[in-house]
Amino acid sequence: MDFFKDIGKILSTSEYMSYIWSGLKTTLIVSLGAAALGMLLGMLVAVIKISAQSNKKLKVPEIICNIYIGIIRGTPVALQLFIMAFAILAIRNFPLEITAILTFGINSGAYVAENLRAGIMSVDIGQTEAGRSLGLSSSTTMMSVVIPQAIKNVIPAMGNELIALIKETSIVSMVGLIDLTFAAKIIGAGDKMADYFVPMMVVAIFYLAIVYILTFVLRKLERKLRESEQHISDKKAAKVQAKTTKKLNRIQARYDKYVASVKTDTQEDM
Amino acid sequence: MQELEIKQSASTDDQVMLKIDNLTKSFGNNQVLKGISTDVCKGEKVVIIGPSGSGKSTLLRCLNLMETPTSGAVYFNGEQLNAKNTDINAHRQHMGMVFQHFNLFNNLTVIENIMLAPVKIGLKQLRKQKAELLKLKIKQLFGKDKDKEVKVTLNKRVIYKQAMDNAMQLLDRIGLKDKATVYPSTLSGGQKQRIAIVRALAMNPQVMLFDEPTSALDPEMVGEVLEVIKELAVGGMTMVIVTHEMGFAKEVATRVLFIDEGIIKEDAPPKELFGNPKDERLKEFLSKVL
Repeated sequence: MDFFKDIGKILSTSEYMSYIWSGLKTTLIVSLGAAALGMLLGMLVAVIKISAQSNKKLKVPEIICNIYIGIIRGTPVALQLFIMAFAILAIRNFPLEITAILTFGINSGAYVAENLRAGIMSVDIGQTEAGRSLGLSSSTTMMSVVIPQAIKNVIPAMGNELIALIKETSIVSMVGLIDLTFAAKIIGAGDKMADYFVPMMVVAIFYLAIVYILTFVLRKLERKLRESEQHISDKKAAKVQAKTTKKLNRIQARYDKYVASVKTDTQEDM
Repeated sequence: MQELEIKQSASTDDQVMLKIDNLTKSFGNNQVLKGISTDVCKGEKVVIIGPSGSGKSTLLRCLNLMETPTSGAVYFNGEQLNAKNTDINAHRQHMGMVFQHFNLFNNLTVIENIMLAPVKIGLKQLRKQKAELLKLKIKQLFGKDKDKEVKVTLNKRVIYKQAMDNAMQLLDRIGLKDKATVYPSTLSGGQKQRIAIVRALAMNPQVMLFDEPTSALDPEMVGEVLEVIKELAVGGMTMVIVTHEMGFAKEVATRVLFIDEGIIKEDAPPKELFGNPKDERLKEFLSKVL
């Protein structure tokens, strides 16, 4: 029974909770920042690597991308964090959060790139050919046709990557940044509760909650993106229809507004 | 009848749209096309037939540079497409292509499929105009080109509206207006291919390339697609069609090319080619397919 009492003690002691809240904040900021950076970098690297197959000008960028992926995947992320914090960004008063975001973002980018590349390659080549045959440039085809379909295919892999990233950020405590895991360690220390087990359990629940919420959101997103596939319910189909009709109506409304504005302009001119 | 034929040849003589000059294409050590030369004139409907693996699809795909020729040249309206400095995207806007497997964009609804290219290309031209205007204004800031004028004639809203109206009109023409707001995955093969055809037409192409447009269809649906293509032919569209539908070839073609082993074995009007084939291989081919 002591266990539950101790949990209650942590949750009701504002000093302890303030550690947890600030730790949670750090974990979330670092995870979100790194995820965004990783996504951006990953997309860039994936597109360069895919385009390099047909464009000789991208040979050098492709080599750089390969070196980047090789180094990042070939070294431990803790080591990368140390190198960033104690060597490259060892600047007085440089915010550790930024260091962490950069480290994990660059790290995640390499994995995201390979996931995305697999996703892009899984999209039928006919889609690209159709886009190009209409006179669209390769980048427009990529952005409007291929990547939207690739993203749908890589959501499961991306979910894995995001979840791994959130949990991986727990090593920021190694460079002195107080995240959720480090907060548990502080609370459990001798001068506070003198018991590590209970605060660690509390923090574990927080991680679990974050991951569950993320999984839920990703599942929703995937379902939404799959609405263009076969076997959608009549209800979904009606929704799609309503959405598209709305889009078309908006085009009409904007055009009407434009025509009206042009008319008044010419009248004023006269 | 004879008069009509003469008239047609007279009007097409002067306007060569596509010129293919000693075209070869190899995939690794496998030479698929071994020196093809022919012209496609404006208004002509050229049907390419031949056994599987003869290179007919490759030839068609070389015409809009979906495949890069190994040697030789393709000219479109007098400009060499496979030259180094050619803006192939600009030329492809005037060459519609229809694929065997439809290749409708799966992530877009039917009307978005048709509108995508006109809108994207319209917006690109608009950006170009705006950039020109900005350039001129900066120049004028330094006192140059004072009397010059650049006008932005395009408007984003008009581009969208025109693309939408045009798409609706095209869908109406093939009787699929009610399918405008659904995803392609809910359509039958015949409907998909008809939409693929009007998607290409939305760019107002000067020539249409059909790559076995009915080969992936249920026999039931072949008719409706051929009907659309026939209508286009009657409308005067220049077309190059790769097909196995011999009856259709006879009906639509003004000229039939028989390709085998990477070369044109016979090139004649349909009546002559089907009625009085000269090449031995063609005779054998026709005896099997007819």
